[in-house]
Amino acid sequence: MNMVRSHVLISIDAGTIMAGARAVEEALVKEIASQGLAEEIAVLETGSIGITGRGVVVVVYPEGIYYAGVTPNDVPELVEEHLLKGRPLKRLMLAEAPKRYVIKREKTGLLKEQPRVVLRNSGIINPESIDEYIAAQGYEAIAKALTSMTPEEVISEVKSSGLSGRGGASFPTGLKWEFARKAPDPEKYIICNADEGEPGTFKDRLILEGDPHKLIEGMLIAGYAVGAQKGFVYIRGEYTLSTERMEKAITEAKAYGLLGAHILDSDFSFDIFIMKGAGAYVCGEETALIESLEGRRGHPRNKPPYPVTEGLWGKPTIVNNVETLANIPEIIKNGATWFKAYGTEKCPGTKVYTILGHVATPGLIETEMGTTLRDIIYEYGGGIKEGKKFKGALVGGAAGAFLGPDMLDVQMDFVNLKEYAAVLGSGAILVMNEDASIVEMLKSVLHFFKHESCGHCVPCRLGTAQLVEIVDRLAAHEGKKEDLDKLLKISKVMRDTSFCPLGQSLYLPISSALKYFKDEILSHVKQAAS
Amino acid sequence: MSREAILKKFEPSLDNILYILHELQDNNTQHYISKEDLKACAEYLNLPYSYVHGVATFYTMFSLKPRGQHIIRLCDSPPCHLMGSASLLDYLKKKLNIEIGETTTDSVFTLELSSCLGVCGVAPAMMINDEMFGNLTPEKVDAILEERRKSR
Repeated sequence: MNMVRSHVLISIDAGTIMAGARAVEEALVKEIASQGLAEEIAVLETGSIGITGRGVVVVVYPEGIYYAGVTPNDVPELVEEHLLKGRPLKRLMLAEAPKRYVIKREKTGLLKEQPRVVLRNSGIINPESIDEYIAAQGYEAIAKALTSMTPEEVISEVKSSGLSGRGGASFPTGLKWEFARKAPDPEKYIICNADEGEPGTFKDRLILEGDPHKLIEGMLIAGYAVGAQKGFVYIRGEYTLSTERMEKAITEAKAYGLLGAHILDSDFSFDIFIMKGAGAYVCGEETALIESLEGRRGHPRNKPPYPVTEGLWGKPTIVNNVETLANIPEIIKNGATWFKAYGTEKCPGTKVYTILGHVATPGLIETEMGTTLRDIIYEYGGGIKEGKKFKGALVGGAAGAFLGPDMLDVQMDFVNLKEYAAVLGSGAILVMNEDASIVEMLKSVLHFFKHESCGHCVPCRLGTAQLVEIVDRLAAHEGKKEDLDKLLKISKVMRDTSFCPLGQSLYLPISSALKYFKDEILSHVKQAAS
Repeated sequence: MSREAILKKFEPSLDNILYILHELQDNNTQHYISKEDLKACAEYLNLPYSYVHGVATFYTMFSLKPRGQHIIRLCDSPPCHLMGSASLLDYLKKKLNIEIGETTTDSVFTLELSSCLGVCGVAPAMMINDEMFGNLTPEKVDAILEERRKSR
């Protein structure tokens, strides 16, 4: 094998492609060759490094220096200064050495470590190479499961790890698997829910783009544990790069005998198919997703029966979120005890968050369950942009809750937030500074739900329309005094009577906005002419 | 690719319907699913026309109306809203002189809204056909549209 002295990693994900990453990559390869360095310096593609909104991101190893906002015009200088003369180019270096990008191997005393379970390989390996995944201990977990564990042992390991669904509902994963395992029908399915549509959430996209083999391995283990023969990845229609990378990963895994018949010479056979969505938020709900996979309008089904007993084509089916499945190989490889060292007692493990809005460094982080909102915003998100004040955050996506400043020090995990009538949801944290308008935000949230309501049940179809009417009135400063009560009342009826979680979830953003920002909303009520 | 060739690529089973509709739309120069497309799909899958129509109208990525060469999908979810997508929408409407869901008279641009595009780190964002654009300002939108107009 050719030894190289430096690796130049370039992040190729939807965000950096937008900023021109392909052109920078081309320029790098060309410039390195023309300087005669092609033998000693390798340019490698990788998934997202977790930095968003900073243009093209390049990392040079072994130094571990991050460059952001790189353009093809910068490349000659970058190559000459850093790679030829060994002087890092200060002009393009990421000024605030970002704590969130520090992984254990690069531990440098001062910087806070970011515990990586799910994103272990993301932004480090080339997602389009199965060899790199294998070199990073990939497919060890499925090998371990197939050769030294019974399906029941796999399930019991996942159960004792305490892993719960990362799509937002937080249902215990091991328990779900056990239900499906015990269902008598011999034909079973595994579905990976990659129909990521919760506003402000793009963690699953970065896992799909950055480490697709990890997902395949997670699905394989799930398939072995519950006794399924087929798996489906339902990917959002808009996620073009995710679909391409996943297709490529499946093809490679097949060629290596890691998908198909008799995997690793065992009796276990498993295949994975990709399904492309077509734009419907409600299809993130598991039974609506199953309907869509079967070729119907994505209307949710009556529950029970739950998919674990009657799912896809009436067969026992597991529907797991991308992030949930990405945890599985690490749990099987390292054991439940190792996993439980992360996070809180009731909610072990890590959570991938997307930090957005008025923060200095928006992006993706993975941190332990139980980290406070303050740490997430100020330690990882770099604080509020332009030194402004924190006003509030919408946590958990559009179906989440608004949190005011007095919630900054609350430990964030699925169990604890519930006590404060809030949710962790998908892990989206939309931060608002002092200038943001709560009514405008609420308006955006309610319009979103009105648009995405599938029309199947009356409370949601009519409720969303009425809520939009009221919030539009408030936004125009034409509100009536009784509007605040009406918002609460309608959304409460929707919470109690809607058919699926879509209609049920509007009560949370509305009630939390009224709890923390009532005065501001009241100021939108039209004053009676005196 | 002809309509028949597209259909033949897939087994005539119900669970292929979204794939078929995606391909039919992608192959249509006007980026939509025509009545003839729906009919052919219904016949191929042995389904009532109304069923296929029902599925096609449920999903926002499918259009039953002819669309322009470049489909602008401005993200209107809360993160983009917070970062100013509402004023961009007004700007786009005024500049193109069309409302949401309409196509310019020269058939170059169609304006649509999209739910979260998942690139919230660079909000406000939009997608034109398969390409994403972020950190949008009116000036940036001008430049992008100008380039698209030239490239037609």
